Amino acid sequence: MNVLLGLGGSDESVKTLRRTIDRTREVGDDLTIAVLDKPESKRSQDEMYQQALDALDEGDITDVAVEKLEGDPGSALVNYAEQGEYDQLVIGGGTLSPMGKIQLGPITEFVLLNAPTTVKLVR
Amino acid sequence: MSGSRQYPDEPSGPFPSPPTTVEDREGRSIEIRAPEAFADEALADVVEMYTEFDPTDRAQGIPPTGEERIRNWLETIGEDSVNVVARHDGDAIAHAMLVPDTDDPSAIEHRRDIEWELAIFVLQAYQRAGIGTTLLKNLLGRASDVGIERVWLTVERWNNPAIALYERVGFESTGTESFEQEMAILLAGDGGDGNGESDR
Repeated sequence: MNVLLGLGGSDESVKTLRRTIDRTREVGDDLTIAVLDKPESKRSQDEMYQQALDALDEGDITDVAVEKLEGDPGSALVNYAEQGEYDQLVIGGGTLSPMGKIQLGPITEFVLLNAPTTVKLVR
Repeated sequence: MSGSRQYPDEPSGPFPSPPTTVEDREGRSIEIRAPEAFADEALADVVEMYTEFDPTDRAQGIPPTGEERIRNWLETIGEDSVNVVARHDGDAIAHAMLVPDTDDPSAIEHRRDIEWELAIFVLQAYQRAGIGTTLLKNLLGRASDVGIERVWLTVERWNNPAIALYERVGFESTGTESFEQEMAILLAGDGGDGNGESDR
């Protein structure tokens, strides 16, 4: 399967990266990673880009394209997905509030409502 | 996220404080109390209430289902939370709480320094009887009594009855909106230095 992973800079994105790499190793998917431009997040785009390269290295996975996407994260990711032949778009599956409520942010909502492909939310 | 939310300019209140006993629209006598500690019997009664809760009314994953997961959830948030419980004939039938929005609750010096997340659940057989509104107001009264000033919540965007209820007591939309609508209310301070025995 041809998988596109979209990453912001949150802890949620780090978990999603780890899970997706584990899954890629298990089933031998083709993986592309898009690192989004989300200035307000915990890690910068450059840090997240480097973290993705390191994780691929540790996972001993080669042949993965890692791209930085500029501009509004949701629309940039969906545009990128539309230009390739992807079977699945993977993003983080929400955060938990102090109360334990699942919260989906505006990027997740945009991707769910606009992506032409199947979307996987990683919890 | 702490400190980043938009709050209304004007405080809301005053709100009634528990304990109180009211008659609901079905003529049932409903007793509202704020347990000092959310443990032991108070906790056990609320766990029992949530085991009776119809999962079709869950919101954003809470309450969890199954007694063990319910107990685990309430124990995790319970120690530092502020709670009010409504009872009918001794059984817990509605519960509202505030949970501190902080990674380290033990470091809370004054409750007014941090933001508190609100949630409220009413058992199905007791909905549409005015209990939710009364319980919500009593939670905000209790919050004000213990020095809390900033309260926020999220509600599913299509849940218009709940949004209308929150607006009636003074919550305003913060502008953060996706599938969930975020709302916030500012409570009037208790007038003291926030360091009295009602504070911690």
